[in-house]
Amino acid sequence: MVEEYIFPQSIEEALEILERYNGEARIIAGGTDLVLQLRRGEVKARVLVDITRIPELKGIKEEDGFIWVGATTTHQEVAESPLIQAKAGLLAKACRSVGSLQIRNVGTIGGNLVNAMPAADSAIALAALDAEVEVAGKEGIRWIPITQFHEDVGKCCVNPCLELVKGVRFRPLGENEGSSFQRLARRQALILPILNVGVVVGWEEGKFSRAAIAIGPVAPVPFRARKAEEYLKGSPVSPESIEEASRLAQEEAQPRSSLLRGSAEYRKDMVRVLVRRALMEAAKLA
Amino acid sequence: MGSPISLKVNGQLFQLEVDEEASLLEVLRDYLHLTGTKKGCGEGLCGSCTVIVNGKAVRSCTYKAIKANGASVETIEGLAKEGKLHPIQKAFIDYGAIQCGFCTPGMIMSAKALLDQNPSPSDEEIVKAIQPNLCRCTGYSSIIKAIKAAASEIRGDGYIPPAMPGRISALRVVGNNAPKPDAVLKATGKALYAADLYFEGMLYAKVLRSPYPHARILRLDTSRAESFPGVVAVLTAKDVPGDKNHGVVRKDWPVFAMDKVRYVGDAIAMVVAESEKIAAQALELIEVDYEPLPVVTSPQEALKPDAPKVHEGGNLLKHISIRRGNVEEAFAQADLVVERVYHTPTYEHAFLEPEAGVATIDQEGNITVYVGSQIPFLDRRQIAESLAIPEEKVRVIGTYIGGAFGGKEDISVQIHVALAALKTGRPVKLVFSREESFRVHPKRHATTIRLKTGATKDGRLLALEAEIYGDAGAYASLSEHVMTRTATHISGPYQIPNVKVDCYAVYTNNPPSGAFRGFGVPQAAFAIESQMDIMAEELGLSPFEIRRINALRPGTKTALGQLLEESVGLLETLDRVEEEVKRTEFIPVEGSKRRAWGIACAMKNVGLGGGAADKAGAEVEVTEEGSVIVRAGAADLGGGLSGVVAAIAAEEFGFNSWKAWETPPVRVILADTGSTLDGGPTTASRQSFITGNAVRIAARQVKELLARIAAEELDVSPDKVAFEGGFAKAEGKAIPLGELASIARKQGQEARAACIYEAPATVPITQEGPHHFAFGFATQAALVEVDTETGEVRVLKVIAAHDVGKAISPLGVVGQIEGGVVMGIGLALKEEFPLKDGVPLARGFRDYHIPRAKDIPEIVPIIVESPSSQGPFGAKGIGEIPSIPTPPAIVNAIYKACGVRFYELPVKSQILREKLCQKLT
Repeated sequence: MVEEYIFPQSIEEALEILERYNGEARIIAGGTDLVLQLRRGEVKARVLVDITRIPELKGIKEEDGFIWVGATTTHQEVAESPLIQAKAGLLAKACRSVGSLQIRNVGTIGGNLVNAMPAADSAIALAALDAEVEVAGKEGIRWIPITQFHEDVGKCCVNPCLELVKGVRFRPLGENEGSSFQRLARRQALILPILNVGVVVGWEEGKFSRAAIAIGPVAPVPFRARKAEEYLKGSPVSPESIEEASRLAQEEAQPRSSLLRGSAEYRKDMVRVLVRRALMEAAKLA
Repeated sequence: MGSPISLKVNGQLFQLEVDEEASLLEVLRDYLHLTGTKKGCGEGLCGSCTVIVNGKAVRSCTYKAIKANGASVETIEGLAKEGKLHPIQKAFIDYGAIQCGFCTPGMIMSAKALLDQNPSPSDEEIVKAIQPNLCRCTGYSSIIKAIKAAASEIRGDGYIPPAMPGRISALRVVGNNAPKPDAVLKATGKALYAADLYFEGMLYAKVLRSPYPHARILRLDTSRAESFPGVVAVLTAKDVPGDKNHGVVRKDWPVFAMDKVRYVGDAIAMVVAESEKIAAQALELIEVDYEPLPVVTSPQEALKPDAPKVHEGGNLLKHISIRRGNVEEAFAQADLVVERVYHTPTYEHAFLEPEAGVATIDQEGNITVYVGSQIPFLDRRQIAESLAIPEEKVRVIGTYIGGAFGGKEDISVQIHVALAALKTGRPVKLVFSREESFRVHPKRHATTIRLKTGATKDGRLLALEAEIYGDAGAYASLSEHVMTRTATHISGPYQIPNVKVDCYAVYTNNPPSGAFRGFGVPQAAFAIESQMDIMAEELGLSPFEIRRINALRPGTKTALGQLLEESVGLLETLDRVEEEVKRTEFIPVEGSKRRAWGIACAMKNVGLGGGAADKAGAEVEVTEEGSVIVRAGAADLGGGLSGVVAAIAAEEFGFNSWKAWETPPVRVILADTGSTLDGGPTTASRQSFITGNAVRIAARQVKELLARIAAEELDVSPDKVAFEGGFAKAEGKAIPLGELASIARKQGQEARAACIYEAPATVPITQEGPHHFAFGFATQAALVEVDTETGEVRVLKVIAAHDVGKAISPLGVVGQIEGGVVMGIGLALKEEFPLKDGVPLARGFRDYHIPRAKDIPEIVPIIVESPSSQGPFGAKGIGEIPSIPTPPAIVNAIYKACGVRFYELPVKSQILREKLCQKLT
């Protein structure tokens, strides 16, 4: 039963409120998932601390060699950002895939991360970008690599009753780098994907120098296809090596059967198809 | 506990105390009574609740009210300024982008948010903007076109009027476009649906439903709920004074479960309380002990002798048997015999407006029930019988209906709200949640169809044998009639001299099955139209050829032996579709994609048929002000009946066509048992024909009277009098209609007439003679693209030619075709209502996927007019048939594209991919 709804004006104020209510207050941003979870009784909170009016949590900027995206930046703002479109194309595309325009207008990057769904489109893109999550707590700021951020389905290492996600940062893509985001769903939007894949690759002198392949939902947390990535590094930029990397990714991904998402076999099969399509597009071979 | 907020709504400042958990939608509707913003799901998935907050489109159902503190909110009510429609509203009306109207406010707000920021959107940007908004009626294309036209006007490039479909009509209104009388109200958010009604002192009801698909009730204790503060009454089966059961055909469905429950939607008890929240909390205090019973969920299992009995009388609800000619002999003579088994799943109507009703009671104990129902007069009878009061003490007033498609023929809230009003003496409202709607109302029958057909080597069909099992679910609803239609339409629109059909409607513990657009025919069409393509390939014929060879045409007999004398436009639909397919440039694709066309035909009866009395009443009146009022008992589900009857009346009185926002010459009042004559059910594509004729005949009777008066006044003979533009004219002289009505009144007569029209008689299917008085015919072609790597299927284009007899409102016919085709795409590729041991797995739009704006193909509607001599101006009906041929056309196209044939709907990408892999190895 929610009794109070507070809009703090600063991060400090938000943290103080959390401390004051000692576990009974909880951070809310866009609320697109949380409102439904509260209504269904899956999440309980006496006080909601709405951080969407804290100026320092909003915005997209490039500094010190990183792109930083504030936690309460909406998916729509990320999708429309020329900076993200130019230097992290897969994140723009992933954010465009999130829900509907109405969800994108309200739902935030930070909220989507804390909700910790292994198929969250933006999380898959961030995983491929090797992003780091900036978390503000009583003890100050800590940076968590995205690969360590998620713990299980719906669970991450940030406790929204104690601390808050401030933002997320990653290196912008350079000239000899490309990215792609691919998604397979029974319907075009507003449904959790059967499968989504984000990749980032770089190349030098005809060989892959960088490869990151993130896949969801094939594990409780966003999955990185390390074997395929290792294989690609140093391999020639060619359809053949991409085919082999896709096969390796298919081998290491372990999707489960789901009534609403399809059988494990089909989804494993689709890992290969989507990883191939993503790598081809990222390497600009498509 | 409340929090003070202030927000600007449509420019007006409001300061209120709201519950911390209240959504913006609740504040708009329950606090401010701005009911133009609709609640379709409450989960942010349907977009009906879209409003604009600080310039951005948001879903108000998941947007906390408190978050809107200090915000500026725009709702549909704020769009029209000083009585002048916003360009988007005007374009929606003009383009026929409004049918049931329930999605309209949200859709318009999404469009407005887009055009406010970008007045020159591309098609893709429009689709993206309305992607969150579900529409079940229109198929989106008219909406997209309307937004484009409005954008053009907003930019200052001028408004683009809609292109007129079909041929130019020689008549004034009929065949040109008659506006829908309700379109302006729907576009401005003023049209009231049952959930939009608020009365002084109103109570709220909530119903406890069974968690088990089959169980005995051992103990039911409502005492804790009764003593909960704010609860006024808790009602159970013992409180039902009259009939404990209801049912549109046979009364087997308990108002409240008595000794046992038969499906998970069964009502156990109802709490009536001061607020919806209190009612919901009190429901949890009701204690029920169940003894779970064995569950039966498939018709074949249910027919086994040792199967659990759903009802005492056994599980076989109806066996429909058709015998004509001698199939054994015919199969022996056939050059080709094909036998296949087809499966279709349970489907959900997914109308956007969940069931809702409000009942009030006056000092004399008269009860009025406001409900969006397909059969208001049968509702009245069933309410009276369950309440044990005379029928005349019950009035059912049909509100606007947010889509029905057959799903609002059965009793849902009607008896419950009436009973609650009777017991409490206060107004009572009951609104289903989306989950409750999915759980309770009858679905489309899942079927298993074994179909065997035989043909000569030149493609003539000789014989058909079918064995059909339909899952009737827990209660009869309309199963007997629906499965009869599957049986009679399994032979398609073809001449087949030897037929043997056995069709079984069987009780199970699944949710009941009932009427759903097409009424059993979509299942039959999937089987027979797949079979036609299989046979064509075996015989080396084209899909068009084999259909032409066997097509019904005037002078031929249906497979049941009915001689068709007229109005069989099937061959023309085939020709027109083939021409259009040939005209379409075929762009081959490379890589993993494959494209191909597929076709299918369909026929669908208009009217109840089979010997049932098929009638409807209407009354036409000319007022002393000179306008025409039509009163008819039929309900308009959104399909546009009100526009059809307005056009018919206007045509009879010689009015010229008008725009929806102008003062109409004809006003239409529908579906009120207190002021209209019984119109029968809005079902079986029958109302344009039946109510249309009733209106036409009543109008002619009024004209006769007025012509006699005019003849006396003008001193001419009555047959010289013509009605034109609001006047009776003869020999260069004219008198206004209103004056004639005044003279009639002075003479002690009324310028009004009533007609109860009875359709041409039909006979039961076991007898020789006309089983139906008219049929609609259609051919559709679908161009699909299969991604052979992922198994994904996209429908790129659909050409749909429909013989409607006469298009009274061409734009309305196109709306039915476009909406039906898109629904058909859903049935073919997306939708199914999965059940596990009788329990639905789909609880809302998250799990049940109806098409969205991005899913739609280009649709080319073609209107074919092969008139019926009995129909009004030659019209037949169009409500159901558009979605019938679409799934088999798509399945046939998939086969042509990649060689994989589906015998089970829907087509799933995973299975297509697996079948492709099997084919390769």
